[in-house]
Amino acid sequence: MTKKKDVLLKIRNLKIQGYSNESWIDIIKGVDLTLHRGEVMGLIGESGAGKSTIGAACMGYARDGTRIVDSVIEFDGMELTTATEAERRALRGSRIAYVAQSAAASFNPAHKIIDQHTEAPLQYRLKKRLEAQEDAMMLYERLRLPNPKEIGFRYPHQVSGGQLQRAMTAMAMSCRPDLIIFDEPTTALDVTTQIEVLAAIRDIVDQFNTAAIYITHDLAVVAQMADTIKVLLKGEEVEEATTREMLEHPKEDYTKSLWAVRSFESPQRHRPKDGVPLISVRNVDAAYTGGAKVLDDVSFDIYEGMTVAVVGESGSGKSTTARVITGLLPPSKGEVLFKGKPFPADYRDRTKDQLRQCQMIYQMADTALNPKVRISEIIGRPAAFYSGLKGVALKNRVDELLDLIELEPALYYNRYPPELSGGQKQRIGIARALAANPTFIVCDEVTSALDQLVAEGILRLLDRLQNEMNLAYMFITHDLATVRSIADEVVVMQHGKVIEQGPKDEMFQPPHHPYTDLLLSSVPEMDPDWLTTLLEERGIDNVGDAASARIATDDPRVSGTGA
Amino acid sequence: MGDILGLVAKRLGLGLIILLVISVIIFFMVELLPGDIAQAVLGQGATPENLAALRKEMGLDQPAIIRYLNWLRGAVVFDFGNSIVTGASVADTISERFANTLFLAAYAAVIAVPVSIVLGVLVALARNSIFDRVANVATLTSISSPEFFLGYILILYFSVKWGMFPAIASLSSDMSFGELLNRTFLPALTLVLVVTAHMMRMTRAAIINLLASPYIEMARLKGTPPWKVIVKHALPNAWAPIINVVALNLAYLITGVVLVEVVFVYPGIGQALVDAVSKRDFPVVQACCLIFAATFILLNLAADVGSILTNPRLRHPK
Repeated sequence: MTKKKDVLLKIRNLKIQGYSNESWIDIIKGVDLTLHRGEVMGLIGESGAGKSTIGAACMGYARDGTRIVDSVIEFDGMELTTATEAERRALRGSRIAYVAQSAAASFNPAHKIIDQHTEAPLQYRLKKRLEAQEDAMMLYERLRLPNPKEIGFRYPHQVSGGQLQRAMTAMAMSCRPDLIIFDEPTTALDVTTQIEVLAAIRDIVDQFNTAAIYITHDLAVVAQMADTIKVLLKGEEVEEATTREMLEHPKEDYTKSLWAVRSFESPQRHRPKDGVPLISVRNVDAAYTGGAKVLDDVSFDIYEGMTVAVVGESGSGKSTTARVITGLLPPSKGEVLFKGKPFPADYRDRTKDQLRQCQMIYQMADTALNPKVRISEIIGRPAAFYSGLKGVALKNRVDELLDLIELEPALYYNRYPPELSGGQKQRIGIARALAANPTFIVCDEVTSALDQLVAEGILRLLDRLQNEMNLAYMFITHDLATVRSIADEVVVMQHGKVIEQGPKDEMFQPPHHPYTDLLLSSVPEMDPDWLTTLLEERGIDNVGDAASARIATDDPRVSGTGA
Repeated sequence: MGDILGLVAKRLGLGLIILLVISVIIFFMVELLPGDIAQAVLGQGATPENLAALRKEMGLDQPAIIRYLNWLRGAVVFDFGNSIVTGASVADTISERFANTLFLAAYAAVIAVPVSIVLGVLVALARNSIFDRVANVATLTSISSPEFFLGYILILYFSVKWGMFPAIASLSSDMSFGELLNRTFLPALTLVLVVTAHMMRMTRAAIINLLASPYIEMARLKGTPPWKVIVKHALPNAWAPIINVVALNLAYLITGVVLVEVVFVYPGIGQALVDAVSKRDFPVVQACCLIFAATFILLNLAADVGSILTNPRLRHPK
């Protein structure tokens, strides 16, 4: 593979300002970037680092409420900052294309996929409609979408997330651009789906010698995709180097801290010899009103003071299981036992003391906290409701809870959720759950929406609280790295069934159920050759959804599973 | 498609139930009006004997429930009884009036709906520009002025000063269609001015509301020109709220025309209602109210169905 080494995109002193509180403040503070033809550059950093803003700026596009000032953005010899809007628009879609984070939200629900695909080629009069459609089908085939001849004629909601993401990559390719901006294209996907999309993107970028800017917060992913990596922090460049050099010899402390983030590992606890499980899910079937069965004969135990991680892809029934345990969704069959005694199926039939035992922490702290209510009230309400505290006693309890989650009570007592950062909001969510004095907490993807450094802080906090208060956690996640760091036992779910369960140390050792094996092998590693090696070992047809669909049900490892 | 038919059938059933409830309310509201109808009809010449006779003749001696059921039985087949003032069949009197009102409403709607949606798209495209503000102020001014005031202003300019259109919309059966349109232009225009602002602003708001969506940004980043972003990418997803506001305004065109009909002496159902109320012609009042209620329910039903049909998720299930 030879890559032409002329400069395609040259950005000098990029400054972007955002309008907030009636003044313009700098979001991007003078970033330089040089990209050659056919080169893939990874932009990484935490949320708020300005990765996506830079990505949009590469197209000469400033999002609503932002503006580009005093910068040089030169694309193939053309200065974008001084070009007219029409000139800039003529580049978009034709020579610079964009692949967004959530394909599900970025495809227009009102039009067929292929009509959106052919929009740009037709707009630029590059192809006739039928030619463009045929080209689309060819790209769908190259991206290994099922039924490439037919899938484009569906509406976006009729296609799965991973397929949509590939269809969006195909759409970006529709005019054979010189440059594609990938803005977190796999962040919203399951690991087994992600690997397929990654392979497809890498393949097609190679084939057409397209230059790309790959934006992500996941180092292991960027290691597979990029030739060079640029690390960003709060709108400024930290360092830039080739992928290998960056992984092996990071120079700056910040980069090193990003690299070291998965160092936390809680020592594994084991079940007591002859104890009664705190929560016992017994042969539970469940379905949403009028729908098909979502849970099928689910059974597992959670012991006091232990963490059970429930892993599986989206739609595998993880959150539904949590809803059954908390009583939000009474099961259609089976039961939930609490300390060996049946727990009423509907939360409305539970006593206050029973309700107190099970609390929840949610994925999106943003939407789980009422933005118009003060922190003191958010935490104080469950404390008052369950313990009947009032006045000074209540205030003391709230202070104590804020202390527990490592937030200074005096500073946070009277504030509102929108004033807090994502990690702080999640801490408030934890305090709210603790306010009830529970013995068991359901943590539903509590770290998925957070940056890695922040997520690690939350995991450490949860671990500390567990040791201090002997809490049991049901930890729902699709992130196996999180499982490694915090779980004591693991339950793997697929299609509403528990397919494998056991202590963590055993679960990370072969032999596995083929699905567990697939799940484990799909988690990207920091080695830049990981994806290449994996594809060589397994073949392109043996990764992702394709592989999971082919797991034979009569496989001896499938039938002989369970704890 | 089976799902959609089911949804529509459910809405239709719900509409019928609401109509039934409303018929109860209308009937007993009229019952609650003070005074005795038989007394009112006979006036000064009432003697106890002929009062009793008239009551019996009108069925007033029977319990309210029985009278309601009798009335309902008639109403189902459009027999609303006879006017107690003229003695003519209520259905006959009203049907002609109602047809006139429908004509005027349709005339206004044919102008107002396209104009306000096109205007809404244009102001969404040129949002926060001078054009946006002028269009907003102009339509808001027209919606904030009472209809009779707007009507008289239009009469002053269009018929008194410039002599372009007649001030009085009197109809006769031998008029040509063009003549008809000419005669009823001013009342229709008044109605158009009254309803345009609401629909235009809703169209604008529904579109602008969608402009922050990722798929709109995607369209922009594909190099789609601004007008196409609005018309092709935002508008198809904005239909549901727009359709609802259009339906509400269409209902208003039929049920809210009383003032306009009085100003332009237009022989519509609104005037018939006003006359009937002042003459205590209660069968006519009840019939008009029921027609108005049915109009509202029917149009809202149409809006619901329209919203369902414009939702691709329901139109093309997985």
